[in-house]
Amino acid sequence: MPELLALTGNEAVAHAMRQINPDVVAVYPITPQTSMMQKFADFKADGLVDCELVLVESEHSAMSATVGSQAAGARSMTATAACGLALMWEILGIASAYRLPIVMPVVNRDLSGPINIQGDHSDTMGARDCGWIHLFSENAQEAYENTIQAIRIAEHHNVLTPAMVCLDGFIISHGVENVTIYDDAAVQKFIGEYNPAYMLLDAAKPMTLGALDFSDFYFEHKVKQLDGINASPQIILDVGKEFKQTFDGEECYDFFELYQMEDAEYAVVSMGSTAATARMVVDELRDKGIKAGALKLRVYRPFPSAEIAQALSKLKGLIVMDRAIAYGGMGGPVNIDIRCAMYGINTTPMTLNYIYGLGGKPIEPEHILSAFDELLYAVKTGKPKRAIGYLNLKEDYDPATV
Amino acid sequence: MAKLKDLALKPERLTGGHRLCPGCGVPHVARLALRCTDDHLVVGASTGCLEVSTTIYPYSAWKCSFIHNAFENVAATVSGVEAAYRALKKRGAVKENFKFIAFGGDGGTYDIGLQSLSGAMERGHNMVYICYDNEAYQNTGNQRSSSTPMGSNTTTTPVGSESYGRVGKRKDLTAIMAAHHIPYVAQAGAHNWKDLSRKFERALEVEGPAFINVLTPCVPGWKYDGKNTINISRLAAETCFWPSYEIDHGKWKLNFFPKEKKPVEEFLKTQGRFRHLFRPESRHVIDLLQQEVDEYWERLLFLCGKSDKAPQAAK
Ligand SMILES: Cc1ncc(C[n+]2csc(CCOP(=O)(O)OP(=O)(O)O)c2C)c(N)n1
Ligand code: SF4
Ligand SMILES: [Mg+2]
Repeated sequence: MPELLALTGNEAVAHAMRQINPDVVAVYPITPQTSMMQKFADFKADGLVDCELVLVESEHSAMSATVGSQAAGARSMTATAACGLALMWEILGIASAYRLPIVMPVVNRDLSGPINIQGDHSDTMGARDCGWIHLFSENAQEAYENTIQAIRIAEHHNVLTPAMVCLDGFIISHGVENVTIYDDAAVQKFIGEYNPAYMLLDAAKPMTLGALDFSDFYFEHKVKQLDGINASPQIILDVGKEFKQTFDGEECYDFFELYQMEDAEYAVVSMGSTAATARMVVDELRDKGIKAGALKLRVYRPFPSAEIAQALSKLKGLIVMDRAIAYGGMGGPVNIDIRCAMYGINTTPMTLNYIYGLGGKPIEPEHILSAFDELLYAVKTGKPKRAIGYLNLKEDYDPATV
Repeated sequence: MAKLKDLALKPERLTGGHRLCPGCGVPHVARLALRCTDDHLVVGASTGCLEVSTTIYPYSAWKCSFIHNAFENVAATVSGVEAAYRALKKRGAVKENFKFIAFGGDGGTYDIGLQSLSGAMERGHNMVYICYDNEAYQNTGNQRSSSTPMGSNTTTTPVGSESYGRVGKRKDLTAIMAAHHIPYVAQAGAHNWKDLSRKFERALEVEGPAFINVLTPCVPGWKYDGKNTINISRLAAETCFWPSYEIDHGKWKLNFFPKEKKPVEEFLKTQGRFRHLFRPESRHVIDLLQQEVDEYWERLLFLCGKSDKAPQAAK
């Protein structure tokens, strides 16, 4: 029977991992992920999971050991955040190149320096081109459900691509919410057994993994690697549909979720917990008679370019919210992706990019409202005050006001 | 202990046709290790000569399962494989018996992979780590590592008017591993198949982690004629430049005691990397090296119960 429990996001994901009961889990602490693996270690200590915990000495070893165990033929997981993910970076690309369907919750946190332990998206943005699937979660429920679905998506024989489940540090990881934990047996049935086609521990079929690839094959293999992530969009939709049917779920199971977009003239795109704030702002604007809408991006990699372009093509104005800076690039990473997706469609809306929430700086409805004010002005006059803005930044630090 | 004839009849799990240099000290050590168990094997290797030369796509010289992950993480990688084995064995998904060997060069072991190795050993994985120590980063062209001996001419410690080569002492990795208090730690040279195979067998049979540090001469890096690999390795033992010993469940044991301890010069003069030391202005470096070797040897004799003289604090 499903149970409604008061859980933090980290606890909710730990429950997903308990139900998945992977063969091997590599464990290393980093705020704000720490309490997730602590909870999982509790489950192990209480005999609720029978997996092998590998209590590594660094995240680099966490990912390295996870690559080893998944390649050996075992369903393997680890979790991290921020600097931990950065330390894994080298091995992230190896995991995806070896087509190992590792699932890793990442509790989004800013990167040092300066050191700060709060939430933003700089960590996973740095790992955006490592060949992993990136699923973003708006709340604890979604983080829980994404973790379960990620196993099915990653392990699908046409995909065989590792997946990150992203949840906002502290806002989701430490906030307590009502979370529906579905029936253990039903979740286990949904996930099914892991049956790899190739494994190091196949005594009858020894294999070499990680050969030296010279220029005669390397490029070919890298292009071949695209097959997996390119096959994933359909699988993401299929798995989402099956999940919704099986569990009568109410979250987002699509690439993105649209809110008040049917007749919207202005819209805001965001990822993670900010999506809820954006919807509040849309309601407020609608009350004032402004046709606002919101798009919550769930699948960041593979980026659903065509679908996004279609969903946004009828707008007059668009706000793209970025919780990371693409230094030396065009604002934030989501902005760059959205603009690329929109390029070439007949009607490109006026697009403004707002960076927000770095190092855990709060984002409140008034901040998004102020962005809409600027957007409405820009659409009316045809001249934006600024193409890239910063929300809730001290005035004497804001290039727009200095 | 297996006889040479029996070992020779064991299946070859690292086949010929790989691209390690003629005379390289590494492949026969690896082949011997793979012969020292009848169980199935998963072998890992860090980035380096052994790995790049044996797995050039679409070929592989490995008849057993093999994984290369990165330069600094072979210990963590194989620890993951071993954890997977325990999990899959427990739930009946793997029936056969497997053993696990990680190979790392000195760069991948003494330097960049030390943390990964330390972690894997401390966690108690049932695996054998074999460091093939050719005393420099050879795959990238003989750059100095923390295993490179004093005075060695490497491409990052080149000899010049202001330089006699590598300055300072080698790191004592075998002792560092002994300090992990794992079941079995040993040091050996590439020349002695008997000593090596006994150690590999022991390492593979003990429950828990084992570490073996094997000196493997490198033809282009050490600059000698490839036919001399075994002789040079033997000289390393006879000069006590590279003593053979083991620490089995905490007990230190010396495995080779030269009848007559030869001067370290005998070892140095066989290799081009030390040639410059024989110039008058650099002879003091040979004395320093001799002193390093003597001090190490004395300490080792004490630890192995062969001498009552407590070792002096290193200068
Ligand atoms: C993180 C990282 N840094 C540097 C390298 C470059 N690199 C590859 S192999 C190698 C040398 C390996 O030396 P060692 O471990 O002693 O093995 P050997 O080549 O001597 O067999 C280096 C420096 C790398 N592959 N990865
Ligand atoms: S460079 Fe040295 S270690 Fe590398 S293959 Fe040649 S002889 Fe062996
Ligand atoms: Mg080396």
